[in-house]
Amino acid sequence: MSYDVIIGLEVHVQLQTQTKVFCGCSTAFNPQAPNTQTCPTCLGLPGALPVLNKKAFELAVQTAMGLNCEIPLFTKWDRKQYFYPDLPKGYQISQYDLPFSRNGHLDIPPATDGDTPIRVRILRAHLEEDAGKNLHDESGRGAGSMIDLNRAGTPLVEIVTEPDLRNAMSARRFLEELRLLLVYLGVSDCNMQEGSLRCDANVNLHVHGPDGTKIPTPIVEVKNLNSFRFTEQAIEFEVARQWEQYQKTGQTIHDAPKVTRGFDPDRGMTYALREKEEAADYRYFPDPDLVPVTVTEEQLSLWRSRLVESPASRRERFRQEYGLSLYDAQVILDQGVLFADYFEQVASQTKDGKQAANWLTQEVQRVLNDRRWTLTEFPFPAPALGHLLSLVSTKKITGKSAKDVFNLLVEGDEPEVVTSETIDATIAERGLALVEDTGAIDMAIADVIGRNPKAVQDFRSGKQAAAGALIGQVMKAVKGADPQSVRERLLKQLEG
Amino acid sequence: MSSTAATPINQLSMSEQLQRLQNKAISSVELVDATLAAIETHDGSVGAFLQVYPEQARAQAASFDERRARGETVPSLAGLPIAIKDNMCRTGDTVTCASRMLHNYRPPYTAGAIERLERAGAIVVGRTNLDEFAMGSSGENSAVQLTRNPWDLERTPGGSSSGSAASVAARYVSGSLGSDTGGSIRQPAGLCGVVGLKPTYGRVSRYGLIAFASSLDQIGPLATDVTGAAILLEAISGHDPRDSTSVDVPVPSYSQLVQQPLAGLRVGFCPAHFSEGLDQEVAQTIRQALTLYRQLGAEVKEIALPHADYSVAAYYLIAPSEASSNLSRYDGIHYGYRSDKFENLADLYAASRGEGFGPEVKRRIMLGTYALSAGYYDQYYARALKVRRLIRRDYDEAFQEVDVIAGPVAPTTAFRLGEKNNDPLAMYLSDIYTIGTNLAGIPAISLPAGYSKSGLPIGLQLQGPAFEEIKLLQAAYMFEQAAGVLERKPGMVGG
Amino acid sequence: MSLSAKDVEKVARLARLRLNETDIEQYAAQLSQILDYAAILEAVETEGVEPMVHAIELANVWREDEILTSLPRQQALQNSPAQDGKHFVVPQILDAS
Repeated sequence: MSYDVIIGLEVHVQLQTQTKVFCGCSTAFNPQAPNTQTCPTCLGLPGALPVLNKKAFELAVQTAMGLNCEIPLFTKWDRKQYFYPDLPKGYQISQYDLPFSRNGHLDIPPATDGDTPIRVRILRAHLEEDAGKNLHDESGRGAGSMIDLNRAGTPLVEIVTEPDLRNAMSARRFLEELRLLLVYLGVSDCNMQEGSLRCDANVNLHVHGPDGTKIPTPIVEVKNLNSFRFTEQAIEFEVARQWEQYQKTGQTIHDAPKVTRGFDPDRGMTYALREKEEAADYRYFPDPDLVPVTVTEEQLSLWRSRLVESPASRRERFRQEYGLSLYDAQVILDQGVLFADYFEQVASQTKDGKQAANWLTQEVQRVLNDRRWTLTEFPFPAPALGHLLSLVSTKKITGKSAKDVFNLLVEGDEPEVVTSETIDATIAERGLALVEDTGAIDMAIADVIGRNPKAVQDFRSGKQAAAGALIGQVMKAVKGADPQSVRERLLKQLEG
Repeated sequence: MSSTAATPINQLSMSEQLQRLQNKAISSVELVDATLAAIETHDGSVGAFLQVYPEQARAQAASFDERRARGETVPSLAGLPIAIKDNMCRTGDTVTCASRMLHNYRPPYTAGAIERLERAGAIVVGRTNLDEFAMGSSGENSAVQLTRNPWDLERTPGGSSSGSAASVAARYVSGSLGSDTGGSIRQPAGLCGVVGLKPTYGRVSRYGLIAFASSLDQIGPLATDVTGAAILLEAISGHDPRDSTSVDVPVPSYSQLVQQPLAGLRVGFCPAHFSEGLDQEVAQTIRQALTLYRQLGAEVKEIALPHADYSVAAYYLIAPSEASSNLSRYDGIHYGYRSDKFENLADLYAASRGEGFGPEVKRRIMLGTYALSAGYYDQYYARALKVRRLIRRDYDEAFQEVDVIAGPVAPTTAFRLGEKNNDPLAMYLSDIYTIGTNLAGIPAISLPAGYSKSGLPIGLQLQGPAFEEIKLLQAAYMFEQAAGVLERKPGMVGG
Repeated sequence: MSLSAKDVEKVARLARLRLNETDIEQYAAQLSQILDYAAILEAVETEGVEPMVHAIELANVWREDEILTSLPRQQALQNSPAQDGKHFVVPQILDAS
């Protein structure tokens, strides 16, 4: 017997607004000062009312557009009712039957060149408010739980996928691509340590029956996975557990209701959460305190036109326009939108994507890491680097010289902003320009050949290595000569 | 003026009080003292107030008096004592909603309508009793005390703004604020022989009004006369960006316009408002009111509200549904009553809510929870919302024909306390004439139309199109002047 | 529509209301009576009628993304039945509530 793994994800993303979704309290992550970012509205005090943050709605729409979703012209807010201490109103303002977006997709990029992307359909994305945080007493003596409502009311987009994922690795790679997209769109910082991106995974198996039928096993929802690695581990664990379970009990989706489980990262295991006696009944109904949002086609196309290019589209362009490998393209994309922009500026200037990619992923990144600079602090603007690399490709200087110039210009505590002029001046000052006077080179070669009969003899008798020493001497004599050109001319004279 | 010369100043109409304050014929301290004295004398038997703020009120009054003495410009209601229903937040107060749940609740902010009221210079003298969380039609659901009708202490003042109506009827104050979700201003106003106005939904900010049913609640004024209601309405109306359902339309100067003559008034009446449950004396008084309008030159004609008979059923699904959700926040965790009889968290919720809420509140939470629960939503809540739209359409069509619709406020005069205690449905049905207004979101006013043989007030209700409060006020003023209903006061205050 | 004591208990659990036997019995009868009365709505033709959620139907009411002053912590906690000066405090939270 074999089986397919069926996985769907629900991802909660905190939007990058200054203030909460229905009140003016700050959304700053501030666990050191609990309950200092609250007001009557997010405390759920009697009589306080919500008013929608326009920016939160706009960021939510951008998110959905990035996920290729349809945006209906009408959307509304509903109350999802349940009791929990981190939910001070006894209901969460969310969206039920008319979410602001639905029917999109996000492609998981191919892992290597030649592979095809995997399409994951997005069922819906809706906007809702986050709950506060329960801090559990770690002593285990039941002293009580403490509640911090700083987070209560932070805008969240919940993204629900169709069950299109087939293994834990894909789930992880989907999340990675999603995070990249969200960061590129600028809608979320996706800081997982701070809980800006959280994931629930719905997992079950379709066991292949003897007659070719597929038997679905009960669905398990693993809740509150706050890292991509944990998501992958939890799913892997669940698949093994469910398979074992199926073999033991033969239970199918019809025999058992959906259950929820937690994940213990220390043991790498999921565990059963205590089940409620009755199925949850959230009693959704339209929030009478909030009014609907309507948008027009014109507004939507305007927003669409302003949307930042997605990482998927950039990845494809980097491969097509700049001839990058999937790997190189990904390394650049992973550094963020500014880095990718920087790459594009350099590459379009030098018309050599591969060279730009090598420089960015090696020299530039090394300096950024060593100096702990962000790209905005980096003193080498793209046009300057483009100029430097162009000098290499037009053989005005050697690659080695270019690196020397580069390193020289980023030295010091606060190096000056580099320009084409400062690059040219440095090259001149150090005499690094390649000598194009072939006459001078040929004379030097003749001179070296004349002075080194032994080496010449060695070479002519087949010792290729002997040429190296001769080239070295020529280079010493003609500072700034292109070693490639020296080599060619020397061999010509030796052979001729 | 001779007839009022002996009248205690707290018993004067609001416009007279304001005029005398302005002329410095009386001081605000004198007015506040008269109010406090009247409360002291009578409220032991009436029970209108849950809290009175004597020191604060006197201090504010003294401050306005000083400013006036210095010749400073003061706001229009400067120094006027007003009572507010105990479901509106104000920083520093304890706000209870007459519930054990909020017995010690102190809000850290002030309601939008109260801010406006205080900015206009009014002095909040105290907080008035109500049916717990404004759920009820008799005041008997207060977890704190009974409020009695100043016209007959054995009878209900109506509800849920029981104390706000009684405090005006007893002439402690010339005006008060109540809230109206299904008739909670108009019905007690009617039973207490005072004027009460439920504004268009969105006219007055709900920010800081402790919610019963969000899509129906509206704060409004009660006063001894129509002009007083106009003055208070003007003070509290206007857009509030903190309330998403507050409507941004200009506020007419109700106080200036209320007494302007209204030409070509068309008054509608609806046969559904004279149905079998209507007391004969009440029906008679309303018919006389229609006759009076005719005599005053108005065109009086029959209109139809075909879905009026469904309004009670729709209302008692919609309002409890919203209430069940709005009252989820009272969980014994962040504020309010917490039971000490619990073993775990689930227990804490159920015990705190079970002990903190009274029977009627629990009944409505149960009803609303059921109506919203899986499998019943479409049958109850969704259907009620559709009927609500049909009710609204009926009014829209009627207002093509007429300017206001006149009818009774309540089927009977004030009933005896305890009479309907054990029959919730009978109590709900007594709201039959008022709740269509809330479902449709339109404004309506209740004013004294006459008195029964036994001397109990009978109220006349006028309903009008959205944001046409001024038409209601003018039509009501016209009636008030011609009907001579202002002469009578409860016996206890010398009427 | 007749509600049994069991129905009432289920709704009470959903609403987190602790009721005694007498309450349950009384509510079962009263809620049944009210729901019976509400059944008159079934006679209304509502085909194609949009539900009316709001009394006055507005759309697109926003606030700008500008920070407003939050409450001092002491005020945020001032009405809590149990607090530790920094947090609201509740009995140990188990997985289900």
